[in-house]
Amino acid sequence: MTPGRLAALALLAALAAAPFVPMAGMRQYVLHVTIQIFIWSFIGGAWSLMGRFGLVSLGHGAFLGLGAYAATLLWNFYGLTPWVGGLVAVALTVGFALVVAYPCSRFRILGHYFALVTLAVGEVVRLLIIAERDWTGGSLGLTLRPARTDASLLAIQYADKRVFYYASLVVWLLGLWVWTLLDRSMARAAMEAIGEDETAAASVGIHVTRFKLGITALSAALTALGGVLYAQYFTYVNPDTLAGIGVSLRIVFAVVLGGMYSLLGPTVGTALTIALSEYLRVIFGVKFIGMAETIYGLLLVLFIIFLPSGIYGSARGLLRRRRTLEASATA
Amino acid sequence: MLELKNITAGYGHFTALWDVQLRVARGEAVAVVGPNGAGKTTLMRVISGLIPSRAGELVFEGESLAGRPAHDIVAHGIAHVPEGRRIFPALTVGDNLRMGAFLPAARQAFPESSARVYDLFPALAERQRQRAGSLSGGEQQMLAIGRALMSRPKLILLDEPSMGLAPVMVLRLFDLIRRIREEGYTILVVEQNVRQVLKLVDRAYLLEVGRIKMEGRAHELAEQDFVRKAYVGL
Repeated sequence: MTPGRLAALALLAALAAAPFVPMAGMRQYVLHVTIQIFIWSFIGGAWSLMGRFGLVSLGHGAFLGLGAYAATLLWNFYGLTPWVGGLVAVALTVGFALVVAYPCSRFRILGHYFALVTLAVGEVVRLLIIAERDWTGGSLGLTLRPARTDASLLAIQYADKRVFYYASLVVWLLGLWVWTLLDRSMARAAMEAIGEDETAAASVGIHVTRFKLGITALSAALTALGGVLYAQYFTYVNPDTLAGIGVSLRIVFAVVLGGMYSLLGPTVGTALTIALSEYLRVIFGVKFIGMAETIYGLLLVLFIIFLPSGIYGSARGLLRRRRTLEASATA
Repeated sequence: MLELKNITAGYGHFTALWDVQLRVARGEAVAVVGPNGAGKTTLMRVISGLIPSRAGELVFEGESLAGRPAHDIVAHGIAHVPEGRRIFPALTVGDNLRMGAFLPAARQAFPESSARVYDLFPALAERQRQRAGSLSGGEQQMLAIGRALMSRPKLILLDEPSMGLAPVMVLRLFDLIRRIREEGYTILVVEQNVRQVLKLVDRAYLLEVGRIKMEGRAHELAEQDFVRKAYVGL
């Protein structure tokens, strides 16, 4: 067994055992922060599926919000269990993503222009949620109708945080698995070629539109799933935390910080941004509202210039280079 | 093998090609020559499906291919080496060739087709692991041709292969194209270097302002006073 694999297994065992380690009254808080890291890392990973191939979306909040709101509304108004409602929400979001992505692909809206289109789409979804206040609760947000018991499998509502800890751990692992599958597939090669030059990609026989729509659908589906999980855990949805520019940029910040070209980059970046905002919140309370965002913004600029493959990606690259250097020195 | 009947095509309101008739027989090398803006690149892009034709027929091996998308055309055996090479600069030379063999049938034959490409272009074999963007212009053009060969085409479209290359490189490149020809590929080439290309091909078409002005055996065309004055510079 390789050292890397051993470390991964040890980490997994530690994560699985974590909820039962005594934490001197801090358990609820630690679990809460960890659950958030899992959920947002999963969403960041979903974003990076597109981002790493040059499809930079600044509107993933749209997918997140659609997923979270669709599942919540179906439960609140029709009593549809989130097990089914979540699937409906994911399907709906994929449909929406395709409606946005098809014309972009057809009319060759690429790069900065694609980012601008998605930015607008995210904002449109946020404004729609606010405008439809009769059933979405507008900018006040919406609370999930509580289940009758403290632990309801049908409603996916549990008072015990540990249930959501394991649920979000599994979903996070699912995200990593999908990332790895894609990374080893021909679709990755095709997407890399498309990201470099669409005309050249088409001229070697790659169905450009199909691959672009496919990756967009996958990314949107996973993002919507993250939104459903978020809604179930917080039992509250709000247009500002789940749709619009703010949340879309937050996803991008975290992924760029950690590194969008590597498996664990989004996770490392998300953990760092959440740790930073928690730290600032605990130290400064509400005195410096917007401080975290200011720091993210500065970091983002520095990272794009100096460490384009992120903290995790660069560290891994460095290690790998050192290893090959050592190998060539001993040889 | 390939027959274009009354092909008309353009961009938006602009018509770049009018009623183009063109034929390429199996095993033939055919050139399309003409000044800048004559519609040569448009013609190549119509054949390879990168832009749709507005009217006319495009028949390849008895099958009508008009209106088919680019990836489908490749699957039918037409490989396009686009103008300006358009290699994947961030991928390695080896990965560029791998992308050329993207379609399932080509992927299966990858080992032998890559061996053949490396045999034709030994310079590429030496640089297999190098980023394609770091190659010289001539090597990039060879890579672009090599990548097209990887799809195991029956017909190769070469769009301005000599563009931006040093004169010595141009001569070497035409030698290589001659070798590819001798291996049995059918070639349709668009060139501005009329003198060189007419030595390479069997027949040629003269395209001016979107219309075919003249066609004939390459040596006959080269001897026409009109062509010599306008394009060959003699």
